Order: sequence, then structure tokens, then C-alpha cells
Amino acid sequence: MLDTIDDRYKTLEKSIKKLGYEKNTLIEVLHNAQETFGYLGIDTLKFIAKRLKLPYSKVYGVATFYNYFRLKPKGRHNIVVCLGTACYIKGSNKILETIERRYGIKADETTSDGALSILTARCFGSCSLAPVIVCDEQIKGNVSLENPLCEIEEKIK
Amino acid sequence: MNREKVRVKSFTINGICVTGQSNQTILEVAKDNGIEIPTLCYLDGLSCVGSCRMCIVEIKGSHEPTPACSAKIKEGMEVTTNSPKIKKAREMILSMMFSERSHVCSTCIANGDCELQNKSVELELEHSKVSYLNQRFEIDASHKNFVNDPNRCILCTKCIRVCDEIEGAHALDIFGRGINSRIIHDMDEPWAESVSCTSCGKCVYVCPTGALYEKDISEEEVVKKRGIITELVKNRGK
Repeated sequence: MLDTIDDRYKTLEKSIKKLGYEKNTLIEVLHNAQETFGYLGIDTLKFIAKRLKLPYSKVYGVATFYNYFRLKPKGRHNIVVCLGTACYIKGSNKILETIERRYGIKADETTSDGALSILTARCFGSCSLAPVIVCDEQIKGNVSLENPLCEIEEKIK
Repeated sequence: MNREKVRVKSFTINGICVTGQSNQTILEVAKDNGIEIPTLCYLDGLSCVGSCRMCIVEIKGSHEPTPACSAKIKEGMEVTTNSPKIKKAREMILSMMFSERSHVCSTCIANGDCELQNKSVELELEHSKVSYLNQRFEIDASHKNFVNDPNRCILCTKCIRVCDEIEGAHALDIFGRGINSRIIHDMDEPWAESVSCTSCGKCVYVCPTGALYEKDISEEEVVKKRGIITELVKNRGK
């Protein structure tokens, strides 16, 4: 039994208890679970569904509806490509394509070795630097379309 | 002197004077009076979500069309159900449904017994007004009796509601959002492995299109028992 060995499940159980096992606290519980686990695995979701006495499909439906919730573990590094209006006009879709091709994964996916996740976002509020990407919480502006990863590439291992 | 009492309200639909109880919707009153309003996601006996927007009507004094299935009646309101503006809007809504997935009647099991098809005949929609997206989804044929083909789905959520409200299993729900949403079983598991599905087949009966259908039958044999749910609810005395 996972939930007896793993301390994280105890933490989660505690937070569910705090919220009074109410069905309408589902989103709050999902937030807490993602904070504890880093992502929402199927086992975690099933655990939450059982505790809140909610149908599996409903919990899964809510978890997939919101972009914030991740159902797969995050990579060790992450690149967020801005697809907001200013960046898009400056060709951020091409940057995304280049990165996707380089690592062979699509946006919102993680490489099989868990090294890198590619994410997208709508505007960081740094439109003057467009096109912008954020690499491991560090913002990089005026990214070149041909070679967007020049400095970052060696870091990703 | 109970103020919560149900009151009788009178208003007009297409210029005809009608009366209804204050807790009734425009659609219910229209039905009682023999006035046709096209519907798609509405099913008598299930809760109302107003997601398909097929039943939109014009209410005098309101800027935008209102879905008749979820709008409660008001004293003195003037409802128009078939103005040119409404007809155009309905055609557009239907076109968008057709364009989103693969609704090719000639290769569909529900051909001839499809609410989407019937609706477009009713509204004389000859072709889609928006270009097709040609999305592809995987078909789930793992269940021994039924098949789930998201390519034919219009996301009316009748199957979800019938599973939740009538069967009480809630084995189905919507995955994701927007253009990628589709009907799933449990945690997006194959239908056969779903622990909450009771294989009762109610979702298959209410499906308006060929998205949920029985295995091993030909197009000719398809009979969707859509009325069965309304009967069930009536017999249960809800």
C-alpha cells in the first residue's frame, strides 16, 4: 500500500482532513497534491477521488481541464516559450518548433530521460524583449530564431 | 400567504399568447403549447446544461440569443423562435459541430438514426459554413459490447449526465478542454478496464450520433432507444 509507506500521502491526507473531506474542495486538494508531489499521478488522483468520495472520471476531468495541473513529472530543466501576441509576431512559434525538433518532443511534454520539459505560456509581461523564452526561471529576451538554444544547450543534461 | 408559491405567468412565443408556471423554462412551455424548438443536448428527464446552443431564441429587449432550455419564463416576455437571425445562428452552430470532428455520414454507423444528421436536414443545412479541422482521435473498442469513437462526438454530455443521474455510476466525464476535449472512462482508461462502468448501455442509447454504439451490428440494425430514459424517470416518479 502506497499510502501507508509514503509520507507524502500522509501530508496529503492531512490537508484533505483540514478541508473537511468536502467534495467541493477538490481543486484546493489538487493544488495541495501538486505542491507535495510535484505533479498529479494516476495513483494520487485515485487516492484523492477515494478520500473525497468523488467519481474517478470527475477528478480526472477537473485535473485535465486546468492548464496549471501537471499529470506527468516535470523535467530537471524546463524551457517556457512565450506565445503571447508580441512574441508570436516576432516568430516565437518558429522558436518553439526549433526546440521541439531539437529534442524530439512537443510542447507540454518531457524528454524520456527526464532532462527537459517544454512548456508554453501567454505573455510574461516582457514584450519589449520579444521573442522571450524562460529557461529554468531565467528570462532570455531577443532570442534568435535560427539558434534559440545557443547558451542553454550545454546546461541541459 | 406563501410567497414561494408557483405562480402562473403569461407571455408570447412567436406572437401566440401562452401561459406557464414560474419554475418552467421557455422550452418546456413551448413544448406544452406545441411550438417546436430544435434541441440537441436537451433530454427530457436529465439535467440541463445548455451546451449545444441549438435551442437559442430571441427575447425582445435582450441583445443576444438565449438558450430556451435553461431560461426561466418571465411575465410579459416576447419570445421569437424562428427569426432569420436565429436561423442563421443555428446554421452556424451546426456547421461548427460538423467541422470540429469527422462527421461523414456515409461511413457512420448511425447514418439514418442520427440527431445531428436530422437537425441539419431540419434546418436545410446543405454544407458546412466553416472548413473542416480533420482532427483524429483514437477509437476505444476495448469493451465487449460497445465502442467509443470520439471522432463522431459532439460533446453534448448526455452520456455523462445519464451515467451520473440515472445509473449513478458517473463512469464518464470530459477530458481536457476546448478542441481537444473528449469523453473518457475513469482515469482515461480503456472502457473495458473501467471499474465504475456497469455496462448498462444507457450512454449508448442516448448518444445522439455514432460516437457510442453497439458492436457487431450493421448500420441498418442501429436503433437508439433515446426515449427509454424519459420513461425511466417517469416510472421512478421523480
